[in-house]
Amino acid sequence: MIELKNVSKWYGPVQVLNGCTTRITKGEVVVVCGPSGSGKSTLIKTINALEPVQQGEIWVDGIAVHDPATDLPKLRSRVGMVFQHFELFPHLSVTENLTLAQIKVLGRSPEQAHAHGLKYLDRVGLMAHKDKFPGQLSGGQQQRVAIARALSMDPIVMLFDEPTSALDPEMVGEVLDVMIDLAKEGMTMMVVTHEMGFARKVSDRVIFMDVGGRILEDCSKDDFFNHPEARQPRTKEFLAKILAH
Amino acid sequence: MGGLDLSFFDLEMLRKFVLQGFFFSVQLTVVATLGGIVLGTVLALMRLSGRVWLMVPAQVYVNGMRSIPLVMVILWFFLLIPFLIGRSIGAEISAVITFVAFEAAYFSEIMRAGIQSIPRGQVMAGQAMGMTYAQNMRLIILPQAFRNMLPVLLTQTIILFQDTSLVYAIGAYDLLKGFVTAGKIYGRPEEAYLLAAGVYFVICWALSTLVRQLQARIAIVR
Repeated sequence: MIELKNVSKWYGPVQVLNGCTTRITKGEVVVVCGPSGSGKSTLIKTINALEPVQQGEIWVDGIAVHDPATDLPKLRSRVGMVFQHFELFPHLSVTENLTLAQIKVLGRSPEQAHAHGLKYLDRVGLMAHKDKFPGQLSGGQQQRVAIARALSMDPIVMLFDEPTSALDPEMVGEVLDVMIDLAKEGMTMMVVTHEMGFARKVSDRVIFMDVGGRILEDCSKDDFFNHPEARQPRTKEFLAKILAH
Repeated sequence: MGGLDLSFFDLEMLRKFVLQGFFFSVQLTVVATLGGIVLGTVLALMRLSGRVWLMVPAQVYVNGMRSIPLVMVILWFFLLIPFLIGRSIGAEISAVITFVAFEAAYFSEIMRAGIQSIPRGQVMAGQAMGMTYAQNMRLIILPQAFRNMLPVLLTQTIILFQDTSLVYAIGAYDLLKGFVTAGKIYGRPEEAYLLAAGVYFVICWALSTLVRQLQARIAIVR
């Protein structure tokens, strides 16, 4: 479904991704973790070309993302993305947030888009808020709307870029619950997160990145959490720190 | 030098001399604001496009316009037109075209700041939903930029309304000219200027009050 081959990226002289290679098959849930500045958010954004790369190949469902000739809007319309800061459109109501791209990008009729969008809004439990504006919702609610917005485009894969990092601790659970349900339904997901509980519970694989944009580990959840002896020293150090508490 | 005599200031005088000028000033302000915002937005997008062949002309135009006094642009354009197209188009139309072209430079800077005030995440969110550059601009970025900048845009419009009096340089019949003409006819030029100032003040003060109230109302809740 997704394949990255030797992907490298520089900001001026600073290398932020260094020969990243991995693949995600259909239905897989992959968690990407690592310290700040390790390039994990950049990596996930290369998959729908929000971040261009200078080297390497990125394939999504047989489409060459790295190819300048690729129709990026079309590709992106099939890849759902959830951002750290929600990025709902503040000048539009919740319902308009859910329907805008369905109508303008996918060409659905307003009625169709409405019905489809509200179906997902109901799924994330926010039907009562359909006529509100994003600013009137809590962070957790906004993020759930953002997930519903991405799902209403019927994506083939969902990318999550630190979806709970900007939330009050009390609201992390409600967002993770939605994501866990989604994973259980078989959605292909790539999730940048520090929530190791989520990784343990529903991920199939864990990718660990370190400063300089290198993938240090790319292994099954079981190997990652239960066989620390087989891990790199840097990974052990990271795990020891975040699992200590 | 006798005392001030404002007795000529009545409805008939307003109707005969001032009304026509007032309408032209308002018309000029409205057309220059709308035209200036449209053209200014195009210039702002050119400057933000990242493409040299679009950025440089827009930058030269904006900086050039902002470096020349408006009254000179008004005069030049009025005097040049007959040379360029072989006939005069009249002071009023000439003024309208000049104001749109001139104000576009100022509105473009306001719109540029407005577009840049939108968080990068919003641009990315639009892109991630599969929107094209044009869709993203039209549906996500510009509506927010416009709303953020509305108070500044309206303030610029108030300045623009005051600046319309500069068309005296080419003899167009605006609000000020209406008063001046009346002053001449009634033999009270000083009083006429005073009254004109009063009318400009009342209009602009009322508009600024309106802008302040609007500002509190339209802020987007984030």
